[in-house]
Amino acid sequence: MYYNVLKILKEGLNDNKGWKKTWQNPEIKKKYDVIIIGGGGHGLATAFYLAKEFKIKNIAVLEKNWIGGGNVGRNTTIIRSNYLLNENEAFYEFSLKLWETLENQINYNAMVSQRGVLNVFHSDAQRDSFVRRGNSMIINGADAELFDVDKIKSIYPFLDYDNARFPIKGGLFQKRGGSVRHDAVAWGYAHAADELGVDIIQNCEVTGFKIKSGTCIGVETNKGDILANKIGCAVAGSSSVLMSKANMNLPLESHVLQAFVSESLKPFIPGVITFGAGHFYISQSDKGGLVFGGDIDGYNSYAQRGGMDMLEDVCEGGLALMPTIGKARLLRMWGGIMDMSMDGSPIIDKTHIKGLYLNAGWCYGGFKATPASGWCFAHLLAKGDSHSLSENFQLDRFKNGYMIDEKGQGAQPNLH
Amino acid sequence: MTRPTRTKSSLINTNKKLSFVFNGKKYEGFQGDTLASALLANDVKLIARSFKYHRPRGIFTSGSHEPNALVEIIHDDYNEPNSKATTVELYEGLVAKSQNCWPSLKYDLMSINDKFSKFIGAGFYYKTFMWPSFFWEKVYEPVIRKAAGLGKLSKNKNNKNSEKGFLYCDLLIIGSGPSGLISAYIAGLSGIKVIIVEEDYVFGGSLNNEIFKISNMSPQAWVQSILKEIRKLSNVRCIENTSVIGMFDHGVFGAIQKLKESKIEQIFWKIVSKKALLCSGSLERLIPFQNNDLPGIMLSGSIRSYLNRWGVNNFDKVLLFTNNDDTYVTALDLISNGINLIGVVDTRDNPRIFDPKIKVFKSSQIVSAKGKLYLKGVDIVNKVGELTHLKCDYLGISGGWNPNIHLSCHTGVRPEWNEKIYAFVAGKTNVSTHLKAVGSANGKFSLYECILDAEKQVLEILSDLEMKPKKYSLPKIKEQSFEIDPFWFVKIGSQRKWVDLQNDVTVKDIEMAYAENFRSVEHLKRYTTLGMGTDQGKTSNVTGLAILASLSNKSIPDVGTTVFRPPYIPLSIEALVGSSIGKNFKPTRLTPTHNWARDNGASFTETGLWLRAEWYSQKNEYHWRMSVDREVNSVRNSVGFCDVSTLGKIDIQGKDALEFVNKVYCNGFAKLPVGKVRYGLMLREDGIVMDDGTTARMSENHFIMTTTTVNAESVYRHLEFCHQCLWPEMDVHLISTTDAWAQIAIAGPKSRKIISKIVDKQFDVSNKNFPFMACKEITICGGVLARLFRISFSGELAYELSIPTQYASSLVSYLMEIGKDENIIPYGTEALGVMRIEKGHAAGAELNGTISAQNLNMGKMVSNKKDSIGMVLSKREGLNTLDGLRLVGLKPIKANHQLVSGSHLFNSSDTITPINDLGYITSSCYSPTLKSSIALGFLKNGNSRHGDYLKASNPILKTEVIAEVCNPIFVDPNGDRLRE
Amino acid sequence: MIIDHPLLGPRDASEFIYLGDASLLNRPNWDEEKSEDNFYKYLYLRENVAGMHKELWFHQQGDRSWLVISRNTVTHEIFKVELATEFKKNMGKSND
Repeated sequence: MYYNVLKILKEGLNDNKGWKKTWQNPEIKKKYDVIIIGGGGHGLATAFYLAKEFKIKNIAVLEKNWIGGGNVGRNTTIIRSNYLLNENEAFYEFSLKLWETLENQINYNAMVSQRGVLNVFHSDAQRDSFVRRGNSMIINGADAELFDVDKIKSIYPFLDYDNARFPIKGGLFQKRGGSVRHDAVAWGYAHAADELGVDIIQNCEVTGFKIKSGTCIGVETNKGDILANKIGCAVAGSSSVLMSKANMNLPLESHVLQAFVSESLKPFIPGVITFGAGHFYISQSDKGGLVFGGDIDGYNSYAQRGGMDMLEDVCEGGLALMPTIGKARLLRMWGGIMDMSMDGSPIIDKTHIKGLYLNAGWCYGGFKATPASGWCFAHLLAKGDSHSLSENFQLDRFKNGYMIDEKGQGAQPNLH
Repeated sequence: MTRPTRTKSSLINTNKKLSFVFNGKKYEGFQGDTLASALLANDVKLIARSFKYHRPRGIFTSGSHEPNALVEIIHDDYNEPNSKATTVELYEGLVAKSQNCWPSLKYDLMSINDKFSKFIGAGFYYKTFMWPSFFWEKVYEPVIRKAAGLGKLSKNKNNKNSEKGFLYCDLLIIGSGPSGLISAYIAGLSGIKVIIVEEDYVFGGSLNNEIFKISNMSPQAWVQSILKEIRKLSNVRCIENTSVIGMFDHGVFGAIQKLKESKIEQIFWKIVSKKALLCSGSLERLIPFQNNDLPGIMLSGSIRSYLNRWGVNNFDKVLLFTNNDDTYVTALDLISNGINLIGVVDTRDNPRIFDPKIKVFKSSQIVSAKGKLYLKGVDIVNKVGELTHLKCDYLGISGGWNPNIHLSCHTGVRPEWNEKIYAFVAGKTNVSTHLKAVGSANGKFSLYECILDAEKQVLEILSDLEMKPKKYSLPKIKEQSFEIDPFWFVKIGSQRKWVDLQNDVTVKDIEMAYAENFRSVEHLKRYTTLGMGTDQGKTSNVTGLAILASLSNKSIPDVGTTVFRPPYIPLSIEALVGSSIGKNFKPTRLTPTHNWARDNGASFTETGLWLRAEWYSQKNEYHWRMSVDREVNSVRNSVGFCDVSTLGKIDIQGKDALEFVNKVYCNGFAKLPVGKVRYGLMLREDGIVMDDGTTARMSENHFIMTTTTVNAESVYRHLEFCHQCLWPEMDVHLISTTDAWAQIAIAGPKSRKIISKIVDKQFDVSNKNFPFMACKEITICGGVLARLFRISFSGELAYELSIPTQYASSLVSYLMEIGKDENIIPYGTEALGVMRIEKGHAAGAELNGTISAQNLNMGKMVSNKKDSIGMVLSKREGLNTLDGLRLVGLKPIKANHQLVSGSHLFNSSDTITPINDLGYITSSCYSPTLKSSIALGFLKNGNSRHGDYLKASNPILKTEVIAEVCNPIFVDPNGDRLRE
Repeated sequence: MIIDHPLLGPRDASEFIYLGDASLLNRPNWDEEKSEDNFYKYLYLRENVAGMHKELWFHQQGDRSWLVISRNTVTHEIFKVELATEFKKNMGKSND
């Protein structure tokens, strides 16, 4: 079904009785060319690009619960390409370019809104590192500007300039950064993939891998065995649990990241702002709620909830940056399971088991990567070797000493 | 027939009149009213407009689950949007207005949305607004954003005086209705520490809404009598106006207390409790039918609350619609107050007969509510299809009761379906939770069952805590039953039937979502936004589930449930922050010489939490470069001193201290003699540089390690990890002494002269007896304990003097005095930075967490002959590539050009592309010694490129400078001055 | 979360800093044939269990002791809290 305003008018006049399923509930086939495990943003995007760009015919996405229920439905919706290291920046800029044309590609309004991402800084040392990063961005084809305090004041007058413990000294601004309606991304990719014949199977949990002589030939699920030529795993925070079924230990730790939304208010925050003297970032959704968050709690967790002290920490950061939100009321808080990697950068690679591929390690930055991750993982699955933009995201880079460490924190996932 | 304006039973104080303003009009109420009860008593029915369709709305409930009556409270210096009129306690001079309507509440232009409801149902925006693509951001989105949002945050920053505190107890009781009070009474008598919190501004819970007798008293009088007993107990703390907003792991709760007539307006309590009882009662749910959102339609239990607790006596022509027994209590109370009760429309075939005076329309449903701005009447239909029209001004509806189990889900326990009451109750607890639901919150809907349940659960808790209960007496209550039929929504009719009033989600929306395959509970919620408003779905969630169950032909428990998450009610961000605002966001750490520096022209900079002097300006200096250049020249030509106390200091002692130091540094320390200091390079286990510093061997088993300022804490933690976790058998002890010792660097060709003037005579500081890298415990100024280290960051002859912090201030004054002949000056972090760049010393900018010893040209320092942290993995291929980054110096080829940190390096003939990116500049400054801009940076294969010309490209600052690669040690490369 | 410190009693988790899996206690030998591979596995590969997890916490705002905590990563229940030095010594004694 093709969506547009004429359809809405037509169906509205027909008392909305003619709407069809956004994606089907197909019967599971015995064998597929490619199985994607994980019905989140990355898994669904991979399936879509496999069908659309790489013309693979027989694809299934297996999701253990309902699609879009993991991190893609729990994030703070930010898209940007403001990374420091060339390996990352090139990849995320590719992703941002894909975001810019996504809605027409998938025929679903994901409300891609590029209203700017501003990272404020508070010291000379921070400024220097943002200059280096801004240069990386421009060198890799993205856009970046350095704002002084006065310029920031003219766009965001409500930040604290007078009474701040760490006065704002300037900021790195990416105009093309912004936000996207996260649920719509999952539903949109699902809809588009479904239209191209992809089987989306919900409530289907993979319980094991069928491995014969070092080759993976299929999966065992709660709905029976399914065979495939290639199997791609895109399950984010559940990666270690899944891959342990293939006897693999991964360079990952699963951590909880909390996110928060306020009651809806009339618009006053134009873009995304991140605080440089504490863990806090904020934007305002189209419905009016302030969407904000901070750091991970810091300990391994699969509970999708965190502690009260992190909530307080995030709110403190918020009031330090913009005292005016003091009266806004927290409405909801939730958590996701982050697959924190050992250098803070992702993994898109084959494994030592033939036919089994891994897409993981997104930490808390996976949402913005959704289109590029889908594209590059699809490339790897379709062609058997990495896309040039993801060739550095190797699983064994830690063994060989080729870490891609943006924050410089080393082999401690909770510091990334 | 005249009735008194307020009923006798009410809790309001009719002696205390209060005046207030709503939408510009003046009204009167009484102390004890909420804004909602006062408005109802004044016949004000139209309060607000709904979020999406801007439909007229009135007051729907009497509590914090109110979905409709949201107003903006206007204070002197700020506005409070999204305030529920049902929970705002009335005060003299209160000013409130409707939000989300224009130009006025009665004539809201945006109500035109309602006409287009067919086209703007749930999820419509996902299927359109895609073309033309730039229209989304430029046209559609701005319009949507402006229309969204219910209230407006005022620009004023005025934060309430908020505070935070901790409370500890054995038993936390949440809610002071009958179960809460009984629990507090029995538990309190036994002697355990109890805290009972009540969200409302009066204790008593549901009993405040009733008029039946308990122990021959009115319920309110009974509440006061048991409260009196409880308040006698010093081990029980009662707090009202306090909402428990969240339950976290291991018995940790967050609660927000609002205070009246106090300088502190709210307190956020963190409560740690061994056990907890959830006595939060239950919330009534609605029944969807056509146009069930008109002002005048309320929950029937809420009509009873307004009647009995707030004494609102002007209800007239009241009709009730129900599927359960509780509504009949409302009916009886209305009749006993002489109010015109039209009757009760009951979906059941054979409801119990409560009173023959009540007219009951059995087996009937309301088909449609009629009216434009207010309810005027309803159409009902019975089993055989007969339609009847009933005129009415008020309609009380009841679809059943949902135990208020919100908090019980906060630590991951899913609720369980109870077929007896057709509602969810708290799931089985796990060890993490400690919380049990009691009374109505546990599905026990009669007072009789409540009291029994409370007694049973408290006795269980006392037994768990190994406490004996003391004698107590409970009121005798008649046994009652509660009957309910599972009637969820009226299927008849094609007009809209509201499920979630606040977010304007109707039965049609749910049907449409189902058709589009949004069939799981979570999909339904997200696609339709059911339950995502400020009432957090308290009135709509279960009903929405029931509709989904009916559509998918499943039972409600099979369809599932959404999990409730904190906060229980919305709470302001400032409440969670307390007084950590403005300058109190984080502590400020001052160096021991801070005050002296401030009084002597210092300008300060932040280094983490520290304030450090960056330079000291003298009278004729109007630009910072003048001060910094002067300081550098003074140090290189004469002498200066700098407070370097912020650097980490760790005291390491023990028989195995030497071996320990040798294992944590990658370079050799095994042969370090007593009385000598050595530069130490500390790697992380992955072979990347963690920190650098020096370690001095003061005596056989006593070492003092320094770290950079920024890494003081993490290095100390790492050392304790090495000791406790890796080598606990080693005899070594560590103490962090950063704050105990002040450290003053004294540097320059004349520094020995200065040192000699303060060090006591018995210590020989000649070059022979105290050479470069020596260290010694000494005394200065006639016996003051001190430590002297001959180390240099500036590259000049230099010392660092360590003294107990309390002497630092007077020491620096003294230095200024005795150093007059040598023209001694203080210097700050900028000059310190310039000099270390001139000497090619790596500092924080270079040690950025991705740099190895090899990158620093220190690869050979990593000893292969011993075990040390990081040594093995430093050998990995990726860290030892032929074209690896190397630390280099850079000088612009044109004297007046400036090199800037953050620039990327390219061959001068290459284009600016990622493939051609060869490295970056880490530190840069103007060198007064070389009279040129200089920089340090990392360059691929840098050691082989000295003399080459490169492009330092900085597109974000729009500069590009050609620079020559050179030795990073710009000044005195052989280090002669150090050894003078 | 509340951590029951073996010496100091129950403390709030915010007084502590988390490091990671307690397998970090088993640092490999530096002078073995496969030491680079052993150190790689030691430092980078994790079980990352959804369930019972032994992990290392540092009492930063307290007595600065390292603790080994047995905690369920799905429910956050804490089952045991021991001093790392004790745990390590006992590791040496038992033969598992």
